[in-house]
Amino acid sequence: MNEVKVVEGSEAVALAVKACRPHVISAYPISPQTHIVESLARMVADGELDAQYVRVESEFSAASVLAGASAAGSRSYTASSSQGLLLMTEVLYASAGMRLPFVMTGVNRSISAPINIQVDHQDTMSLRDAGLIQFYVESSQEAYDVHLAAFKIAEDPQIMLPVMVCMDGWVLTHSYERVAFADQKAVDEFLPPFRPENYLDPAHPKSWGSYAEADVLMEFKYAIHRAMSLGKARIKEILAEVAAFTGRDHGGLIEAYRTADADVVLVAMGSMVGTIKDAVDELRQGGKKVGLVKIRCYRPFPYEEIEEAIRGAKVVGVMDANFSMGSEGAVGLDLKAKLCGRPEAPLIIDYIAGLGGREINAQTIRKLVARTEDVYRSRLILPESEWVDLNPAILS
Amino acid sequence: MKITPGAVVKGGTSLHYKTGDWRDQRPVIDQEACQKCGICRDVCPDDSIKVKDEQYEIDTDFCKGCGICAHECPAQAIKMVPEEK
Repeated sequence: MNEVKVVEGSEAVALAVKACRPHVISAYPISPQTHIVESLARMVADGELDAQYVRVESEFSAASVLAGASAAGSRSYTASSSQGLLLMTEVLYASAGMRLPFVMTGVNRSISAPINIQVDHQDTMSLRDAGLIQFYVESSQEAYDVHLAAFKIAEDPQIMLPVMVCMDGWVLTHSYERVAFADQKAVDEFLPPFRPENYLDPAHPKSWGSYAEADVLMEFKYAIHRAMSLGKARIKEILAEVAAFTGRDHGGLIEAYRTADADVVLVAMGSMVGTIKDAVDELRQGGKKVGLVKIRCYRPFPYEEIEEAIRGAKVVGVMDANFSMGSEGAVGLDLKAKLCGRPEAPLIIDYIAGLGGREINAQTIRKLVARTEDVYRSRLILPESEWVDLNPAILS
Repeated sequence: MKITPGAVVKGGTSLHYKTGDWRDQRPVIDQEACQKCGICRDVCPDDSIKVKDEQYEIDTDFCKGCGICAHECPAQAIKMVPEEK
């Protein structure tokens, strides 16, 4: 039987990581990620977890320790947030290129300046091009379950890429929720020991990420993209395996919520999804045909599933908790790029919402759905993304 | 040739890649002036100064011509001369 406890979101993640039996953990503290690695450090110190916990002087070093440990054949884990993730960036690109399958939690927090420690998705979105597989989760329970899947996905011989599980800072990491845990025996049966084909061994020296000139560099990069694209089927299988042994199915690459006959579909990721589901239910009670697509796996981008879920919708409102300065929100850009020119593609409106922890509540969603319907009816061509609840009066 | 995931290759291959080709100036050691202190060998970033028959010699297969040896030599026994190609 699965044990059920009320725990902090960070503790749930630490327990999932522990259940996956990592060999090496290295991290540098940063809010709101710190509780995860503090829990893991305590487990190692108390002898509950047989792993090397490597204390380092920066996130750059934490990621570098992971790259080395992973190349040496160790199952490895780290977590970070915001500035810390940006400091890891160089190593993360290199690790994806070297096909090192470690797992990390990206605890979402805004990026300075101005300094802000509340949630938005700008930090992990800035890493979307690195070659990491990225998940975004809605609840602590989903965070726990996706972390169980993460190592198996990363270490799949056809994938071999780092996996980042993104969870909203504070809202998920610091709130207490009811979480059901998996039996250790079931996790061990699901997740075999990490046995990579190549590993660092003094007796058989090898080099990772060796020099590649213009004649082969494009092929190396395409190989990462192909591992992701072809990996979609394998990711879905592994998520389904977790659903089977835990008895909890959160969906595949996406979750389509009341989209079947919807005229208006919202697209969102992370903890705001729970609020949107409630708002969708309310709007449905009022007779509005509204649905929601929750993106669970953002890289590889699951456009086939999204296209299927929004088929028949008149208009799609994408809620981006990030912004590409000088352009639009990242998820909106992805979706527009994939749907542009397809017959009967719906109108797509990009909303920038929740930056720096700005509240998104049911009223926000009602307002946004009304605005989406207005834009659709009036055939208005929007010059740029709509910034939700922006206060232009305070712009100097 | 097929590429390997992660560009993983056997070790030791750099011995076959003669980076001395990049050089546009070469160090020349005046053996009479050389005090055999070994500083040039210690500071060479490419491990390209070897001792042979009690004389310091440049390994031109791997010397990139950076000039650190000439700069650091206390006896000023090393001169950098343009490489003729």
